[in-house]
Amino acid sequence: MSIKPLIGQPISRLEGHLKVTGAAKYAGEYNVSDLLYGYVVNSTITKGKIISMNTDEVKKIPGIVEIFTHENRPSLAWFDMQYSDMDAPPGSPFRPLHKPDIKYNGQPIALIVAETFELARYAASILKAEYQTEAFKTDLEANLGEGRKPQPGLATMLKPPPPKDKGDIDLALSAAAFTSKGTFTHGTEHHNPLELFATTTVYEGKGKVTIYDKTQGTVNCQLYVGNVFGLHFKDVRVISPYVGGGFGSGLRPQYQLFLSVMVALELKRNVRVTLDRSQMFTFGHRPPTIQKTKFGSDINGKITALYHEATAETSLYEDYTETVVNWAPMIYPSPNSKMEYNLVPLDVFTPIDMRAPGGSTGLHAIESTIDDLAHQAKIDPIQFRLLNYAERDESVNRPFSSKELKQCFIQGAEKFGWDKRNPEPRSMRNGNKLVGYGMATGAWESMILPARAEAILTTEGKLIVKSAVTDIGTGTLTVMSQIAADELGLPLDQVTFEYGDSKMPFAPIQGGSFTVSTVGSAIKAAGKALRKKLLKIAQHIPHSAFKGLEIEDVVFQDGYIRLKLDPSKEIAFTALIHANKGKVIRTKNFNVPNLLKLKKHSRAAHSAAFVEVEVDEELGVINVTRAVTAVAAGKIINPKTARSQILGGMVWSISKALREETISDHNFGKYMNQNLGEYHIPVHADIHDLDVIFVEENDEIVNELGSKGIGEIGLVGMPPAIANAIFHATGKRINEFPIHFDKLL
Amino acid sequence: MNDFNFYKSQGISDAVEKIADQPDAKFIAGGTNLIDLLKYNLMTVSTLVDVNSIKEDTLSETDGAVLLNAFATNANTAYHPIIEERYPLLSKAILAGASAQIRNMASNGGNLLQKTRCYYYYDANTPCNKREPGSGCSAINGYNRNLAILGTSDHCIAVFPSDMCVALAALNATVCVTGPDGDRKIPFSEFHRLPGNTPHIDNNLLTAELITGIELPSKGFEKNYSYLKLRDRNSYAFALISVATAMELENNQITEIRIALGGVAAKPWRVQKAEDFLVGKTPTKENFALAAELIVEGAKGFEFNAFKIELAKRAIIRNCLMALNPASQLPGAQPSA
Amino acid sequence: MRTESIQPPPEAKNSETVTLHINGEARTLSVKPWVTLLDALRENLDLTGTKKGCDHGQCGACTVICDGKRILSCLSLAVMKDGAEITTIEGVAPTGDLHPLQKAFIEHDAFQCGYCTPGQICSAIGMFKEGKAHTEAEVKELMSGNLCRCGANTNIINAIMEVKNGGNYE
Repeated sequence: MSIKPLIGQPISRLEGHLKVTGAAKYAGEYNVSDLLYGYVVNSTITKGKIISMNTDEVKKIPGIVEIFTHENRPSLAWFDMQYSDMDAPPGSPFRPLHKPDIKYNGQPIALIVAETFELARYAASILKAEYQTEAFKTDLEANLGEGRKPQPGLATMLKPPPPKDKGDIDLALSAAAFTSKGTFTHGTEHHNPLELFATTTVYEGKGKVTIYDKTQGTVNCQLYVGNVFGLHFKDVRVISPYVGGGFGSGLRPQYQLFLSVMVALELKRNVRVTLDRSQMFTFGHRPPTIQKTKFGSDINGKITALYHEATAETSLYEDYTETVVNWAPMIYPSPNSKMEYNLVPLDVFTPIDMRAPGGSTGLHAIESTIDDLAHQAKIDPIQFRLLNYAERDESVNRPFSSKELKQCFIQGAEKFGWDKRNPEPRSMRNGNKLVGYGMATGAWESMILPARAEAILTTEGKLIVKSAVTDIGTGTLTVMSQIAADELGLPLDQVTFEYGDSKMPFAPIQGGSFTVSTVGSAIKAAGKALRKKLLKIAQHIPHSAFKGLEIEDVVFQDGYIRLKLDPSKEIAFTALIHANKGKVIRTKNFNVPNLLKLKKHSRAAHSAAFVEVEVDEELGVINVTRAVTAVAAGKIINPKTARSQILGGMVWSISKALREETISDHNFGKYMNQNLGEYHIPVHADIHDLDVIFVEENDEIVNELGSKGIGEIGLVGMPPAIANAIFHATGKRINEFPIHFDKLL
Repeated sequence: MNDFNFYKSQGISDAVEKIADQPDAKFIAGGTNLIDLLKYNLMTVSTLVDVNSIKEDTLSETDGAVLLNAFATNANTAYHPIIEERYPLLSKAILAGASAQIRNMASNGGNLLQKTRCYYYYDANTPCNKREPGSGCSAINGYNRNLAILGTSDHCIAVFPSDMCVALAALNATVCVTGPDGDRKIPFSEFHRLPGNTPHIDNNLLTAELITGIELPSKGFEKNYSYLKLRDRNSYAFALISVATAMELENNQITEIRIALGGVAAKPWRVQKAEDFLVGKTPTKENFALAAELIVEGAKGFEFNAFKIELAKRAIIRNCLMALNPASQLPGAQPSA
Repeated sequence: MRTESIQPPPEAKNSETVTLHINGEARTLSVKPWVTLLDALRENLDLTGTKKGCDHGQCGACTVICDGKRILSCLSLAVMKDGAEITTIEGVAPTGDLHPLQKAFIEHDAFQCGYCTPGQICSAIGMFKEGKAHTEAEVKELMSGNLCRCGANTNIINAIMEVKNGGNYE
């Protein structure tokens, strides 16, 4: 190992130069020669059938190359399984242009292919369909009674069903000294990454395609395209190194990918299909969810009862689920608990994971109910949580692999100045503004999946590591380079990480905060294997000082293998290449997590979020003036990019609690604010003082890196902390997100 | 967006002639709203007549009055020393609208011609009387958080979205136009129209008339003024409620006051009765509260925007108090103490 | 819904020849009036550093500097910019070096996915030229036309403030 490990260093993003100069190319920016432009036409009704379209008329316009609809879509794969993907929920995946049937408003019904972008866009505006309409249902609240249990399926592996009931919840609630009940309403949200979804497909001839796609999984898309279009996987290459934000929207292959590849194969031409901003609202969203909680405690504030129920929207053709109600018994031990989770299928596109899916929904309900219980019991919210601190995960009766949540409370509270809080609501002011302090706990399960990685020592003695994984802006390139560099004891400039390409070794989709755990472990394994191989080569050199030694007896430093006990005995990596007849030295490893070992522990990152709000007493206007998030997520590979991940989650928290919402009009069964002018994500003027603390946490269980993942945890605890702060400021508990300021009038 | 011809005009009369000649031809200056509408296919044009070549100074002064060039950008106007010094209310209101980039493009004339931001107007697949007369109004029983509470009709509850115009209304500006039949002037209060039975007609401009200037009377209320904008985020969003207050005080008595509301109607909203009531009164919270009641008299809330009635009243009171201390105003016309 | 009469295919409109002075270089191209400056940059001139995030003037990703002012290229027609001096992200720094803002953005980790970044940087350069942002609150307000979905807001504002306070942004 190098003397000063790179893991733990705040390295600036390695692709930074390319991003600040505009040189980084995103999926819709590969201006290959002879490019055709595709523009999608979407259904204007919510449910029914297409009767006819004026395709022939529109096709007459000079420059229109082809129009694809359900009538001339090529005959493709038959079975649902072939349309499935790594993130597909149980059910029957959506097939673009498959049939005249309309399943949701905004469904793609045609693709115009033209010689220019402007012409394709124009033709799309005049292509009209005649429909036979049917009655539809899109309103979750109006159809709550139709909730039912989700179908089990493969997805259940990462999204476990609610834990079993414990004790007698009704009895416990009726006997409780304090009880708190709430109904929590969350509407639809859309990911709205700033980059529009786009696919540029290069037709390479003979059924071979190179695809530049906006995705969170190159291999996922490669398999999908291969299966759907009946191509050899080796003939499908999906490239996606720079992704202009994903937040979950790129976890499944989206319809522009299908359409672009279809055109390329049918017309044997290069083609780009870019969605417009309104079309970004037509392929998956965070589902509206309505939750009910009933918690009870004894006179001393010890929790005795936890009831948490959630009903969420899904589509009529897939059962999308989230882990919404499993958290309370994991965070708070209680002898009595009951959790329920139901789905209402409606005439919408299937929801898709959106940053901190489930957790950011469920924890709002849990942590606001806890806040209310603490308020009733007249116990400080932190003390209340310490009083009910879970040293073990009682919900499944396992120890935690590590849990430094207590330190999050202590360090976060200190940095925030929690001790200055007057517990009485409406007691703190700043001029004509009411000031409120609120806090909440966050938790996110640490997952790991199998992945492959390749490590190559080049002829110059440099290291190349490879994985198909994307970098959606989380810092993957940088942290993987750090992990790889440390494995071989090399400085960062001697290491290249090649990624974002399905040609590289297998990586699963990038989401769920499991990329560092998954791909990082694979890279670590590949690096370890390479070290062994290098030592072996060193031992075969005549008069080798390394004969008979184990890997533990040597160090890898600055391009040399050295004897631990006598560093003067060394051999250069370049000498090993020479010994290998001038050829590169490579290892490829498949890292499969040890499930048996992992399953003995509950593994989760934790956080404590602290928020100060100011509420204009007369006008209701709310500002989050300060916030601190303290995170315990195991080893932090890169504190700089990790901090940005948490800051991003904190901005999303402000957005979720106070800003963003997709507005539905259920008379029409459609979304009404499909643009960034009316879908309000925070602007700079909304964001004030944000701070992040990483609490030291050692974890030897989760993975070899001891790193838990941080993509979601910043967005789990802070939304309820904002709601709790607003309660503290105003005495009003608003359980519907986003909290509109006029609710405080 | 449909295919169209482009014509760079040589001057005002050339531009007006070109438009008068062709159906579906339109002037384009900044284009910040027009190109947006063309991209959403809410308008089609045969020819765009570019009036940007009509370059003059941002404004000119005569006899104390100021004539804003209609083709000057919002930013150049807001940051012009004469506007900053003599008409700071106008400056603040302009700077509360859109974003810095858009203000660098958008013209003063174009600002008056913005289309409503009603969701249903923008969705060509829903009925909307403004977009398609006689098709019905989806907003009345739909999502109407951002829509009108005053001056509505059974046919339309759209809101006119400008901030600049709220200040222009308070300042008693006059709109100067040139058409095929020559020049004329339109008092600001008569420029925009309430929906009535003809919600598709936003204003009283006649066919082929071009806005060439906006006259500001000499009185700029530079001592006591304030613009307040309440919206769903702190910047870069349209107003739910905005208020422009221009006030003149003598010995702690109001000698003149103008209060214009934005975000509540199809035009900036002023109520003479309320302003008259305040003249001769002391500038107290109580007096402003009484005036606020008069201003929102007759307001009608809908399912999602009924809160605006109470919010408008509170915003009026706050903004009038803020006008007593204009230096306290915050960037983005956010509420201050 | 209502049925619409189908418009006849459009008569072919003439392309116009325009010269754009982009990053100090005169680029002459033939474009139809319906081509926006943004699409001309990205599709005709392969200057893809300028980003398309919404195409409706609602995100700021397409910000460029035109005749010294920051504008939105998505709401500009290329034909309207004939003769204009345009600076895109590819041209904000002298060859081979980075603009102080570009350096500060890297140092402050003022981006994640990087898609809003060119627009943020061009916008901040335009803001400096305007000279109207003095306090941090004013900077935040005057930068609010540039959205960042990754939530890098505090790092972006810190990077801009550092360069502003350093005074080295010409």
